[in-house]
Amino acid sequence: MIELREVSRIFTVGGQEVRAMDKVSLTINPGEYLSIMGPSGSGKSTLLNTLGLLDTPNSGTYLLDGQNVTSLSDTQLAATRSRKIGFIFQFFHLIPRLTAQQNIEMPLLLAGTPRKERMERSSRLIEAFGLGDRRHHRPDELSGGQRQRVAIARAVINEPAVLLADEPTGNLDRTAGAEIIELVENLNKNGLTLVVVTHDPEIGERARRHVRVVDGRIASDTLRG
Amino acid sequence: MRPLDAIGFALTSLGSNRVRTALMLLAMSIGVAAVVLLTGIGNGARLYIVDQFSSLGTNLVIVIPGRTETASNTAATLIGETPRDLTLNDARALERGDMVRRMAPLNIGELNVKRRGKERQVPVLGSTAALLEIHHLHLERGTFLPEEDMEIARPVCVLGAKVYRELFGQENALGEMVKLGGFRCRVIGILATEGRSLGFDTEELVVVPVAFAQMLLNTSGLFRILVEAKDLGGLDRLKKHIATTIAKRHYGEEDVTIITQDSVLATFDKIFKVLTFTVAGIAGISLVVAGILIMNVMLMAVAQRTAEIGLCKALGAGQLQIMALLVTEALLLSTIGGLLGLLLGFAGSWAAVQVYPTLQTTPPLWAIVAAMGTALLTGFISSLLPARRAARLDPIQALARH
Repeated sequence: MIELREVSRIFTVGGQEVRAMDKVSLTINPGEYLSIMGPSGSGKSTLLNTLGLLDTPNSGTYLLDGQNVTSLSDTQLAATRSRKIGFIFQFFHLIPRLTAQQNIEMPLLLAGTPRKERMERSSRLIEAFGLGDRRHHRPDELSGGQRQRVAIARAVINEPAVLLADEPTGNLDRTAGAEIIELVENLNKNGLTLVVVTHDPEIGERARRHVRVVDGRIASDTLRG
Repeated sequence: MRPLDAIGFALTSLGSNRVRTALMLLAMSIGVAAVVLLTGIGNGARLYIVDQFSSLGTNLVIVIPGRTETASNTAATLIGETPRDLTLNDARALERGDMVRRMAPLNIGELNVKRRGKERQVPVLGSTAALLEIHHLHLERGTFLPEEDMEIARPVCVLGAKVYRELFGQENALGEMVKLGGFRCRVIGILATEGRSLGFDTEELVVVPVAFAQMLLNTSGLFRILVEAKDLGGLDRLKKHIATTIAKRHYGEEDVTIITQDSVLATFDKIFKVLTFTVAGIAGISLVVAGILIMNVMLMAVAQRTAEIGLCKALGAGQLQIMALLVTEALLLSTIGGLLGLLLGFAGSWAAVQVYPTLQTTPPLWAIVAAMGTALLTGFISSLLPARRAARLDPIQALARH
């Protein structure tokens, strides 16, 4: 369970303060499917980065599974990210010199999981995500949809509590985009909390809960239907 | 992250840019090879010199006319006067000490030796029978200088092996006459083939009685007096004995320089050690340059891999882990480069030995350790700055780049 209480994040750009998050309070329950939408520069990326522990707020409290994470050290934050949070990005961010399987294993590698266990867990995901014949290919030998599937496998291999997706379909054609969305929605159906940040209303509308961000504030927070 | 996994990951990173990696390895290995090879040669030279002196025997005291410390700024040297000569009588007086086992006066000059139209220039040593033992010479045939009073200028000579070959070929030389600096003298012995001793090729020597040498070279002085102590412990007393005896005979002046093999040995040992350290230091500079290259290239690598570093952070790597990854990469480079360098250095010293066998260019252990240590240390230090920069990268900005 995620709980933001009056969280602010202020950047100073050229001597001017920019309030990317202005006293944002937001609660996300386990298993929710939530989309964050809003115009460019509205602060939705900052919100996502804060949720993902990549950015630290200037003020306010962030409780992740009941733990106040705003006061954690860098090492503790990294460990928490590793255990509880999965990321996927618009540009996939796969490591070009590693094979699909090695890319998927990266979080386990960083966490110090033994090789045998890494292989078992990544192989299971590779099969589940239909990448069986692609496991030894490098990213430049994969299609966009395949790359994003590798990225998703990488994001969930550590069985995180929440999957944060930043424009997951922004760099894919319609068919591949639809496949990716279906994949993450399936993961959500199996209990994974899913947060999607997007420009694309068509993608955003699919979520059960829609959060609109404008000028660093939550302008609306509605449940579908 | 497990150490082996970190190494594996660093290897994939090194392998992904082969040219860059190869250049860094080259720089590192040249640095290490230079240290190993140069210290090897320096050490070889030192061992060579030490060996040469040891072959003379370490309980030897050498008396040289004139005091080296004062020779350059006395009135005598200014007006071109040499210090008082050492004479045969000085030598005789020295022989009477109770610490003296053997004594040999020594004169040296270059003279023509002639036989049946064959002629050559040879170094001539004038001495006594004791020289054979003191200088560790060996006879091939005949006898050495006769055991008799050193004042007797008996016209006999002992030929070095090469001089013998060149004058006589395969013929018998014992009892034959040669002309030495215009004087006839009889060959009584031939030295064994032995190589070099203290700068003299014993194969090319002609040894004659000291009084005969003084006559041939037209001098009453001596070049050196060699005194061998009965034992090493008596060396200091012997030196004192020599100093007082000479002072007594030279109207109270201590106008000789007394050196022991030990001190000569120690001096040369020191000089060559300093020399070896110096060349090692110079070679070490190339290692530091290699370190700077590594730092430069790693900084570039960090800039190129910004997205990857940001990604690792998003996937759960802390700052320390990011640093550890980059430092591992640099240490791996230094280790592989260093090992290649050792290989190269040893190959170089091996080649040097093939070309010049008397120089045993085995690099000393400290040089190997120091070279590897410097390689690792420069690799480590030069990776710290890039690693810190990587660790502090803002993951959001890093990931925003495409």
